[in-house]
Amino acid sequence: MEFSFSDEQQVFRDMVRRFLEETSPTKEVRRLMDTEIGYDPAVWQRLSNELGLPGLHIPERFGGQGFGAVELGIVAEEMGRALLCAPFFSSAVLGTFAALNAASEAQREELLPDLAAGKKRITLAVAERSGSWQAADITTAARSAPSGSVLNGEKWFVIDGASADQLIVAAVDEHGIGLYLVDAAADGLNRIPLDTLDPTRKQARVVFSNVSAQRLGGASDATAALDRTVDQATIVLASEMVGGADHLVRSAVDYAQMRMQFGRVVGSFQAIKHKCADLVLEVELAKSAAYYAAEALAEDDPDVPALASLAKAAASAACLRAATDCIQIHGGIGFTWENDTHLYFKRAKASEMMLGDPVYHRERMLKNVGGLA
Amino acid sequence: MSEHNEQTVREEVRTWLAANWKPDQPLITWRTLLAESGWGMPTWPAQWYGKGYSMALGNAVLEEIQTAGAVGAAQAGVRMLAAATLLEHGSDAHKAKFLKSILTGEHNWCQLFSEPGSGSDLAGLTTRAELKDGKWVINGQKVWTTSAHHAQYGMLLARTDWDVPKHQGISYFILHMDQPGVEVRPLRQMNGHASFNEVFFTDAIVLPEFLVGERNGGWKIALTTLAHERRGADGVRSFARAEAGQGQVFDELREELAHVNEPYKWYPQRAGRVDLILERAKASGRITDPVIRQEIAELLIMARSSEWTARRARKAQVMGRPQGPEGSLGKLAASNVAKKAAHVHTLLAGADAMLKGSDGLMNGLISEILISVPAISIAGGTDEIQRNIISERVLGMPKEPRTDVDRPFRDVPRNPGKR
Repeated sequence: MEFSFSDEQQVFRDMVRRFLEETSPTKEVRRLMDTEIGYDPAVWQRLSNELGLPGLHIPERFGGQGFGAVELGIVAEEMGRALLCAPFFSSAVLGTFAALNAASEAQREELLPDLAAGKKRITLAVAERSGSWQAADITTAARSAPSGSVLNGEKWFVIDGASADQLIVAAVDEHGIGLYLVDAAADGLNRIPLDTLDPTRKQARVVFSNVSAQRLGGASDATAALDRTVDQATIVLASEMVGGADHLVRSAVDYAQMRMQFGRVVGSFQAIKHKCADLVLEVELAKSAAYYAAEALAEDDPDVPALASLAKAAASAACLRAATDCIQIHGGIGFTWENDTHLYFKRAKASEMMLGDPVYHRERMLKNVGGLA
Repeated sequence: MSEHNEQTVREEVRTWLAANWKPDQPLITWRTLLAESGWGMPTWPAQWYGKGYSMALGNAVLEEIQTAGAVGAAQAGVRMLAAATLLEHGSDAHKAKFLKSILTGEHNWCQLFSEPGSGSDLAGLTTRAELKDGKWVINGQKVWTTSAHHAQYGMLLARTDWDVPKHQGISYFILHMDQPGVEVRPLRQMNGHASFNEVFFTDAIVLPEFLVGERNGGWKIALTTLAHERRGADGVRSFARAEAGQGQVFDELREELAHVNEPYKWYPQRAGRVDLILERAKASGRITDPVIRQEIAELLIMARSSEWTARRARKAQVMGRPQGPEGSLGKLAASNVAKKAAHVHTLLAGADAMLKGSDGLMNGLISEILISVPAISIAGGTDEIQRNIISERVLGMPKEPRTDVDRPFRDVPRNPGKR
């Protein structure tokens, strides 16, 4: 493990940060969160054409840039800091990793170049009514049909499910679990936007009634590919959350330095200073966990499942605490719609529960370390 | 530092070790060689027992010494705080007189800073130093002095001017411990050990040449010592361990460490012994309890991410990058980990957490954790002081308004004296 970023990675981070400062100020976030698709296609195109971000971690032979999990973590952290509204997590992370993990070489050649170029957006549908991302909880069923397969069932919490061009759907089939590629415009597919607490990242319910689908990869159980995908996405989500948390610490401290009460700035009271000190400690620890997990993923460390859960549990706690403390330090203004903190709070709350809540991840981490199954 | 340079240096150390290191020689003889060669402390200046190397290159040298199985310079106790302070603020005469015997292990040091009336507010100290007949005469009391009973020298802070604000009237001295005016009494702690001392000065003498820096200029020198102390408190560095080697050097080393490390024997317990958690979880049978499992997981997450944060800080230091927030968080992180670990050890122990000694778990080790952990939030700067440091230096928040820095120290309200 390196425990540091290279100079090149720092330059890359600065570049991404500048781009997002320009394209995703909270004024834009507020505009986009009120739209149906929840993102700006023009910004998505720039993000794809100018920075190549959707293809960052796609191998060069499929039109990507061939970078690894550490660079992806940097991008996610900066997107979390800027609260970017874009289908990056759904398409570039969940959908793309699922395709990379499960698809055959021919399918990858078909799918990935358009994803790398940002021309198409894909998402991954796993969770159902219970919200679980575990293979064992899947009931959506696939059966073979003369031309490919047919899906029946209902998926919930599908991120950007209403706006994606394609979906990869986890379903039960004769091999165990299969990952199926579905066109969003297919007959029998019904997408209903969910009314979500976090308006900055859209989710949908997707109903499948005899929807024709193409199975990714060969005729074998895809549970391992699905689990791998969820681990990868969990680490990226943890990176995104620590970026948001870092922003919230700065926001809280800046406000405390400005707000006068009792003839002094409130940031001079130990009650506030110590709250900020405890907060920055928890956030820095969560950052270390996210960085470590991303490096482990880049090095294909066998502990990735445990480290993904560790990073997610740490990031969830830190980011939510940062949001809660930031509201508290702002006082009354922190509870208003006008103040931006609630946008970060809502993203933190939704991300806390997405891909498994902290209780689930703590238990999962423990099962994967020290033989405590 | 180029790859080539590091390779050359590694080869140079290896050659030197091949010619000089042998386990059958007196420890002092070996360490004298090591000190005079500069290999023992490669990051120290070349004229003072070092090589003037960067931290990265210095680590390469120390790695080679370790790989060769050779004994390094003496590091145990608070000697390195004294050395670091003298290197930065001592005169050439101080460096010439004291540095070598620190590295050879011939002389032990102690830190005469804290007083009964000034803990967190160290600058409120009232031990006085008065110049009489050309010598400094010391009167007052220190407390929490580790190793005072076997130290030859002490780093002493004393007040030399009462008519100026508190920070401006303090001087930094080197005090010879073996003299009639110095009385050392062990201080028994809540965990039953007595690893600290109270030190009483009754007309103790310091020769004028043992003033470090300027008269009344001791505060900024003290800050150097404290910065080195905090840097060593991130919970990752381990205490010097006796090596298992054979030969006279190792025999003498084991003897030295048994002596010097004695006050620190409960320090691992003070840090919470996270390393025992999984073993205890399995042995206790409580591992099936989902509530306890959540607590264990929270502890492991905190402990591992604290360790990674300390490594990030050290890596940034080695690479010469500006220090980020991670560099100032170690002590508070270690304190949080220890408290959480004590809580989890209690959960795992159940009713047995009430027992100690041979009736207790692991022959009393678990009870020693439970009654030692409160120290870690106090020693070397309380958690509250750490939070002030983090909020002020890392986050740039303002200090609380103070009422004690704009007037002569004489007029500042303070604790009643003990005697």
